Order: sequence, then structure tokens, then C-alpha cells
Amino acid sequence: MKKLSARRRHPLAAVVVLLLALVGTGGAYAFLAPAGKAQADETSQSLTIEEGQKLYSVGCASCHGTKGQGSSDGPSLVGVGAAAVDFQVGTGRMPAATSQGPQVVKKKNIYTQAQIDQLAAYIASLGAGPEVPTSEQYGADGADIAKGGELFRTNCAQCHNFVGAGGALTKGKFAPNLEGVAPKHIYEAMQTGPQNMPSFPDTTLTEKNKKDIIAYIDAVNSPNTENPGGLDLGGLGPVSEGLFAWIFGLGALIAVAVWVAARTAKAKKS
Amino acid sequence: MSTSETSESRARGKAPAGERVADWADGRLGIYSLAKSNMRKIFPDHWSFMLGEVCMYSFIIIILTGVYLTLFFHPSMNEVEYHGSYVPLQGQLMSEAFNSTLHISFDVRGGLLIRQIHHWAALIFLAGMFVHMMRVFFTGAFRKPREINWLFGFLLFVLGMFTGFTGYSLPDDLLSGTGVRFTEGAILSMPIVGSYISFFLFGGEFPGHDFVARFYSIHILLLPGIMLGLMVGHLILVFYHKHTQFAGPGKTNNNVVGMPLLPVYMAKAGGFFFLVFGVIAAIAATTQINPIWAMGPYRPDQVSTGAQPDWYMGFAEGLIRYMPGWEINFWGHTLVLGVFIPLVLFGVVLAAIAVYPFIESWVTGDKSEHHILDRPRNAPTRTGFGVAWVTVYMVGLIGGGNDLIATHFHLSINDVTWFVRIFFFAGPVIAFIVTKRICLGLQRRDKEKVLHGRETGIIKRLPHGEFIEVHEPLSQEQLHTLTAHHQYEPAQVGPAVDENGVERKIKGSEKLRAKLSNAYYGEDNQIPKPTVEEYKEITSGHGHH
Amino acid sequence: MSSQDIPEENLPAEQGHAHGAVDVADERDPFTDPGLPPHEHRIQDIDERAAKRSERVVALLFTISMLATVGFIASYVTIPHDKSIFVFPLGHISALNFALGMTLGTALFCIGAGAVHWARTLMSDVEVADERHAISAEPEVKAKVLADFKQGAKESAIGRRKLIRNTMFGALTLVPLSGVVLLRDLGPLPGTSLRHTAWSKGKLLVNMNTNEPLRPSDVAVGSLTFAKPEGVEEDQEDFQNVMAKAALMIIRLQPDNIKDKRELEWSHEGIVAYSKICTHVGCPISLYEQQTHHVLCPCHQSTFDLSDGARVIFGPAGHALPQLRIGVSEEGYLQALGDFEEPVGPAFWERG
Repeated sequence: MKKLSARRRHPLAAVVVLLLALVGTGGAYAFLAPAGKAQADETSQSLTIEEGQKLYSVGCASCHGTKGQGSSDGPSLVGVGAAAVDFQVGTGRMPAATSQGPQVVKKKNIYTQAQIDQLAAYIASLGAGPEVPTSEQYGADGADIAKGGELFRTNCAQCHNFVGAGGALTKGKFAPNLEGVAPKHIYEAMQTGPQNMPSFPDTTLTEKNKKDIIAYIDAVNSPNTENPGGLDLGGLGPVSEGLFAWIFGLGALIAVAVWVAARTAKAKKS
Repeated sequence: MSTSETSESRARGKAPAGERVADWADGRLGIYSLAKSNMRKIFPDHWSFMLGEVCMYSFIIIILTGVYLTLFFHPSMNEVEYHGSYVPLQGQLMSEAFNSTLHISFDVRGGLLIRQIHHWAALIFLAGMFVHMMRVFFTGAFRKPREINWLFGFLLFVLGMFTGFTGYSLPDDLLSGTGVRFTEGAILSMPIVGSYISFFLFGGEFPGHDFVARFYSIHILLLPGIMLGLMVGHLILVFYHKHTQFAGPGKTNNNVVGMPLLPVYMAKAGGFFFLVFGVIAAIAATTQINPIWAMGPYRPDQVSTGAQPDWYMGFAEGLIRYMPGWEINFWGHTLVLGVFIPLVLFGVVLAAIAVYPFIESWVTGDKSEHHILDRPRNAPTRTGFGVAWVTVYMVGLIGGGNDLIATHFHLSINDVTWFVRIFFFAGPVIAFIVTKRICLGLQRRDKEKVLHGRETGIIKRLPHGEFIEVHEPLSQEQLHTLTAHHQYEPAQVGPAVDENGVERKIKGSEKLRAKLSNAYYGEDNQIPKPTVEEYKEITSGHGHH
Repeated sequence: MSSQDIPEENLPAEQGHAHGAVDVADERDPFTDPGLPPHEHRIQDIDERAAKRSERVVALLFTISMLATVGFIASYVTIPHDKSIFVFPLGHISALNFALGMTLGTALFCIGAGAVHWARTLMSDVEVADERHAISAEPEVKAKVLADFKQGAKESAIGRRKLIRNTMFGALTLVPLSGVVLLRDLGPLPGTSLRHTAWSKGKLLVNMNTNEPLRPSDVAVGSLTFAKPEGVEEDQEDFQNVMAKAALMIIRLQPDNIKDKRELEWSHEGIVAYSKICTHVGCPISLYEQQTHHVLCPCHQSTFDLSDGARVIFGPAGHALPQLRIGVSEEGYLQALGDFEEPVGPAFWERG
């Protein structure tokens, strides 16, 4: 499989694939039967890329150029890899609206996972880049949550806050809240560095490191996270605590004080 | 001889036990004479007079819970490995201070509750002091004879801020550690002595191994000790001066109208302690505060966004955030104005409200005692100044939370900062002018009400077809209440010649005072209250609708 | 300045005393104080059944408090400290904290509510006026005190025996100095320690995440990596102090994106290493935006342009982030070519 995926990115791969496709469609079934699985994969792969290209020309080409070379409206996609596509389209960030604010935000994804895979295959065929991670890579099995926490505080908390509640960047940009973000997408974001987020490639933040971080985020910022003390007030720290103390704390005490000091109802004058 | 006989015969068994105990105490402490003037002492009833009680009770709650926390907290910065029950920190290196705080939160039954009560009560204590101080300010309760008590209260507020700061820094978590790092930077910015003070405070370079232990003794002993003394003094003075009251029928500058200490006030004030404690306990049961386990142990190379201090330091945080980065280098030295100016401004802004009573009494030249409270509208310049001060404070708070404001309202953090920079100057000016106008408008409305009665909203058609709104004349109680306030005349610069006809030198301060006095009480700066003549003319003139 | 400059009539007149209940309004002055209004009865004052109801409410509140305290003790004994429950809308919370807090809160609140309800409905609500007395002493008292003081001062002869007075003041002024001197050992003198960090020529840049030295090929364009000097380990006694100055932030730019000449010289193939400690007040600055090359401080929003010598482009920081000059060791690892050339972190008086 490794060999195959390496070949698939060869410049002539597309030609080979096309040829094989022609042979495949024109040739006898007998030819296919002994050819084995590899060729069948190759064929379906080429079909996938083709489908991806169609989707690409409809949804992406206007900004990123007809062959992913980029334009003034969007960066080149050559070499960004399948992981970047899976993240950007999977979280609904791409295709972006024509008029953008300071940054492209996540929205409802309009593609099926199969279509995203086709798009990813097409973009991957333009130039080598990070692949979509497997569930073994981002799954919680064998993760060290405590180590993940330490890594999270070193690499992520400065922008995403200590439990991943998000935070401000310059000029209206922001690091989003990580609650409810799929582990796969977190993994892809670390690997590819979408928009202004820096990337954390495997060479500096290993696969195991990423797994640990994802497990930590799940432990501290998911709907099942335990907040032993009660309402977590958004996990935003002293600002929300201060507001709460003023509005509900002092507010309640003043309400009580009004009751304590108020005149008791008088009997009706007769 | 006869007195001792009677008391002895009583002691033989006739007097109830309580009385015998009281007799015993009186023989040693003189409690009867003390109680004679105090047991039925009168306290006026008004909800805003209980704000001080909120502060006192939350302070007591903080002391009670704080003592409990000291039983478990280890003020040490020795590194240990965590092996408690919170999974996401297993095996992490942390200071003993952080470790013991986790222990309190997860492994001591009720420890988390007490920690949360302690912290919530601290936030409420400071908020209560702020509101209490503003109540005293806007009603003019700081005037003679209460200026010293105003300063006591002010000092309690300032000391409360630093007690809070040293307290939340103790767990040595990532958030508070960042605040301590800021403290180091702020101290370093002080000209000449900065680096020395910093090295003395931290026992060398930041963070060192000493600051938790040092903050601990400051937090649990030094500052609360001073505060306790100030609070007792504050209370003694409240007792001694007797409480102020709002104007109203039967209420004069020479009396105080209300309920006696025993039993009504004792039940209400005593009950209020339990109410405050109950409310704070319920908040601590339901709402999480300072989850240090989520922040992790402090490391100087780590940080989280949303790094803010507790709310009472937020105003200082704002000053630091919106100050431009000025730095002057000369002769091998650096003047770090970008940090040092906010540090100075912090003190100046606080001092401005602290010294205000003395400025006002100088401007008015009024040396008499005041026990009747002003309605804020009847002192437009003071109220304007107060609102301007609160505006500066609020702009600081907004500046201190600029990043959260930016993310929650989808604004640019740079724009928020610029807004705050401009409003630091423009805000108080606008607030002053607007407030003063509103006060004068309200004064006019009061005058209208006194002269023409209350608008009833009932429209009546007169026989000749004219529609009028029925105005109901005010009762004498209302008339008195609305006209009870005193209005000053602006002070004039004295005559240019003294009694011997010799030209005298008019001091600059005298001119300044006349100017300020005019700004307070001159034409257009207060609405003359209705006179009896005006009232009589209108009420007798036309059949007054 | 004294009150003498202000004419007497400008000062507030002594306001009249309470009148008691005056029914007839003063014909001459409609604004005079009519005195305390007559007391009106509450329902509880005239209706014994209502009073009984109040009594029962107060007793009920005190009883609830007792039950709540029993509940508190029962919760303490029975609920395991690590039990988690889901309470809408609070979320997954500690059962023990919730149970203890609510029972304690109820127990306390009900005592307070009972006492206040008792005071409000059953204790007398007749308003009473207490006279105030001037705080300043009578002139005779003042005269007596001043005379006593003069007498005492005269007997001590403090005014006459100047030598005693002056030496006493001298002694009292000097004695607190001992206390000040004792504070000297709170810490060492700064010396030049704020100017140096743990970096020196030949120290490898060790990745904070993997604890392995970094190679240039590890650092991709657009990535962000944090490093510490070789030989620094987390379990060392001085780890915190070392990292407070030595923490390093490594990014890689396209060399032609680097605008500052010195930055380019001190970089290696576009890899630049900057101090992670903000020059404002020392927060670990690291909110790196890989497209704009800006780095933002989460504490006070100082913003630096890492493609232009890390100069300040926004916020309260006073000078650029110090850059560490880096190269490659013989084994192909990234290494420091010396310490930072200027002090890292917040500025201070001796920085220059």
C-alpha cells in the first residue's frame, strides 16, 4: 500500500491511471480477475480522483484556480495534502463565503464524507502532503492524558485557553472553542495548521503527542467533562467569575437586604 | 452597706442565673454601664445601609473558611509528583502548594466546598465594599464627622484587593502564576529600586522557591490582621457617630429614627449574617470557581489565553493593557513608562476618590456635622465626579477583559483597546457632563412636583372644553422631604482690601476655591429649591389643578 | 483655608428638632417637618391568628434548618468524595460538594430567614427617635484637657531640656533601622543575573515536546515549536528559574519573507529562534499567527512581527523580543551560537 500511495503522487500517475481506466473499461472481465486487488484499487482510486476533480471545479476552482495553483482569492493547494482538505471541508470552513470577515469560520458542512474523500484524493494527487489520520492515530486507546495536558499547556493553551474554550487573536481573529470538534479534525488541524494556526508536524509533535493532546481535550472539554465545583461559567476564568459574583452573588444579597429592610405590610386602614 | 446586702440576698438564689452571670461580669467589666446606652441603640432601616453588613459578614466567612483551609494547605514550593485522585494530572510535577490545593479539592470531604465558599466570599466581599463605598459617596455620608471612617473603609478596600491577590496566588497554578509574573515585571519597572525589590520579594530570580511561603504569611496574617483592626475601628465609629439617615418627616440632623438594637436590629442583623452565609454556600454548591486542576501547575514557559486577575484587580489589568509601550533609554538606564505609568495611575485613581471628602469640605468651607444624607441629584457636581470616577474604573475593567469582549462580541481586540484608550480620557468627561445635566433635570422635576403637585395621569375635560391633567398636591410629609436639603451659596473671593482699607494680596488658592465653589453651587449648577413664597403664590393663585 | 471666609448665612442652618406628631400643618411654612407619622399596625399586631401564622412560619424555618444540618452530616458520611452526578443545568458535578453546599446553605439561610421574619412580623415595628449629641467637646472640657496636657509637658520639662528631647527623637528614629536592615537577606542582589540565560555557544535546541534535539529538517514552514537548552530537565531544582528566562520559540519563515537583515543573519535557512518571554512583563508570549507572522501576548496583547526583527507593532511592550543566534552543529542539530545579546523579559532600570 505504501508503494502504491507513493506511485500515486508521481507526475505521470494521472496518465497511467487514465490508461488503466481505459483498459479497464474496454477490456475483458477475464483480464480483471487475475489482476488482483491492487489494480482494482488503482481503478477505483482514479475514479475517486476524477470525481474529486469534478467537485473541485464546481466548489473550489473559482478561488484556488483550475488546477489548485491558487489565485488572489485563495492559496495554492498543491502539497497541502488530504488532511487539510478533510479538515477544511469537513468542518464546513471550505468552501468559504465570498466575503469573509477576519477569518473563515466553521459552518455546516455541505458535502458527504465520500465526496470529501474524493476531493481529498484529488488535492493529494496534485502534490504530496499529510494524509487523513486513521482512528488508531487519534483514538483514545493508549493515550496519556496527563502528558497530553502538559503538551496542551505548552503548545495550545496560549491561544485556545486552558480547557480549550478559545481566545482572541489580533484584528478580530480568534482561536475557536474546541468543544465538540471531532478528534480527527483536531488531529488534522495540528498537522496542517489551518489559516493562522501554526502547524505542529510529526517531526516536532509526534503522533503519540497528538493522541495525548486529543485525549486531554476530551477529558477537560467535552459534554461529559466533570466540573466538580458546579457550573463552569464557560471555563473562561476570573472574568466570568467576577461577573457572576456581581450579578448573582451581590445581586442576590441585595435582594435579600431589600427584603430584610422593607416595611412589613400594614393592616388595611378601617 | 444596704446595696451590698440586697445584692447578696439576691445572689442567694432569688435572681435568675442569667442575671447572676451578668452581675459577675459587671463587677469586672462594667457591662451595665456599657449596655445602658447601647442596648436600645437606634438603627435606621434601609436596604442600602446593609451593604456594609454584606462586607462584614463575607469577611467573617472568609476568616472562618480560611482558617479551615490552612489546616490542609502546604505553603511550599518544593516539587512533588502528583498521585491524587484527579486523573488528568497524574504523575505531573508540581509544587507542594498546588498539590495540597488539589488534595483539598478532591480528597478532603467538603474541602472543595470550603475553598469555593472562601473564594466566592472574597469576590463578593470586594464587590460589596465597592458598592458600599459608592453608596456612601453618592449620598454624601462621608462628610463631617465621618471623614476618618471613610478613610478606614477605603483602606479596607485597598487592603482587600491585595489580600485577595496574595490569596489567589497561593495555589501556584498556571493562571495565578502568570499574575505573579506580571507582578515581577511591574516591580522591575520601578526606577532605581525595581530589580532590588523584585529580588528581595522572590528571594532571588523569579519565580524562586520562596514567594508562596511569603505570600502566605502576608495573606493569612499581616493583611487580614490589619483589616480586622480597621474593621473594628470602622464599626466603633459607626456606633459612636450613630448611623446617617435620609431626610423625611421626623428625621432631623439631631436625631436618628429607626428600630432599637435589641431586639429588632439584633434579629435582623444577626439573621442577615446567616442569610449572607447561606447564599454564598449555595453559590459555592452550584458554581465552580478557580478550577486550578484545569489550569495546571505553574510553569514560567506556559500560559493560557484569558489570563486575567480576579475582578477587583481588573481595573489595574486594564490600565496595563491599554497603555502604549513607552520606554526611554538614557545613560545606560531604562525608564519603563509603559509599565510604570499604569502603576502610578493605579494609585492616583484610587487616591482621587479617597481624598475627595477633604476637597469637598475645603470647597464648601462647611465645618458643621451632617447626619442627613443627600439625594445624589441634590449634589450634581459631586454626583458627576463620582460617576466620572466609576466610569474610569469601568473603562479599566473593560480594558482588562478586552480579549473576552473581542471574542464574545466578534470585535477586533485592537479596536477594543483603542476604544478603551480613547474612553479613558473621554469617558469621565462625558459621564460628568451627562450626569450633572440629569441631576439638574431631576432637581427641576422635584421643584415642579413641589409647586404643582404629582401628575396623576388622569385627564379631565373642563366645562369649556379644555383638557387638563389632574395634579394631586403633595402631602406635607412629601413637601418636607423634597425641600429638606440645604443649598449652599458659592463662596466669593473676599474683599480686595482688608478692614483697615489696605489692599491685601489675594492668594491663588482663594481664587481657585471661589471658582470651584461656583462650579458646585453657582448659577446653572444647582436649581434653587422652591421657596415658601413661590409655593403660596401658585397654590393660592389659580385654583391649582 | 477656614470657614471664616464664608459668610455665616451660607452655611446650613441648624435644622429643627423632631416635633413628635404634629397634626396641624404650619400655616406659614408648608415645608416644615410634620414630625414622625403615627404608627400603623401590621396585621400581626391586631390579628392573633396572623401572628400565630407568623410564629409557625418562623418555627418551620428553624426546623428546616435543623433538618438540613442533619442532611449535611448524612451527606458527609454517606456520599463518596469522588462520586459524580448530573444536575441540570449545572452539568456533571461532584455529588458531595453539591449535597454539602446545598444542605449547609439551607441550614444557614433558614436560620437567617426565620430570625428576620420574626423581627419583621412579631417584634415591635414602632419607630423610635434617638437624640444625637455633638461630637466636639464643650469648651470647658477642651480647656481642661489642654491645661492637663500643658501641665504634663511642663512636668516632663521636654520643652526646656532640649538635649533630652533631641536625643530621644534621634534614638526613636534610628531604632526601626534594625528592622529594615534585617530584611537584607530576603534575597541576593540582582548583580548581572537578569542579563544572562542558560543559553551559550554550542548548546543544542531541545524540543519541549519530545525532549530530543531539533534538526533543521524537523521545523516546517508555518510550524511552531518550543525549545529549551540542552541539559535542562524538568525535575531539576532550578528548572523554573532557568525556563523563566531561557524559554524559546522556534518558527520557520521563507528566507525572502524575512524583512530584517539581522534576523536573517541570525537565522538558519529561515529558522528563527526568539525568546518566548514577553518584553512587557514576562508572560510566555506564543500566540503565533503563521500567515501574518505576528505573535500576540495573551496577557496584555503586545504584538510583535516575527518577520521583521520581532518589533512591537501593537500593545504595551516597549521593545522587540530578543532573538537567539542559531546555527547547526556538526551532528546536524540546531544549536545556539551564544547567549541572547540583550536581557530577556521585562525591562528594568539597569537594562540600558
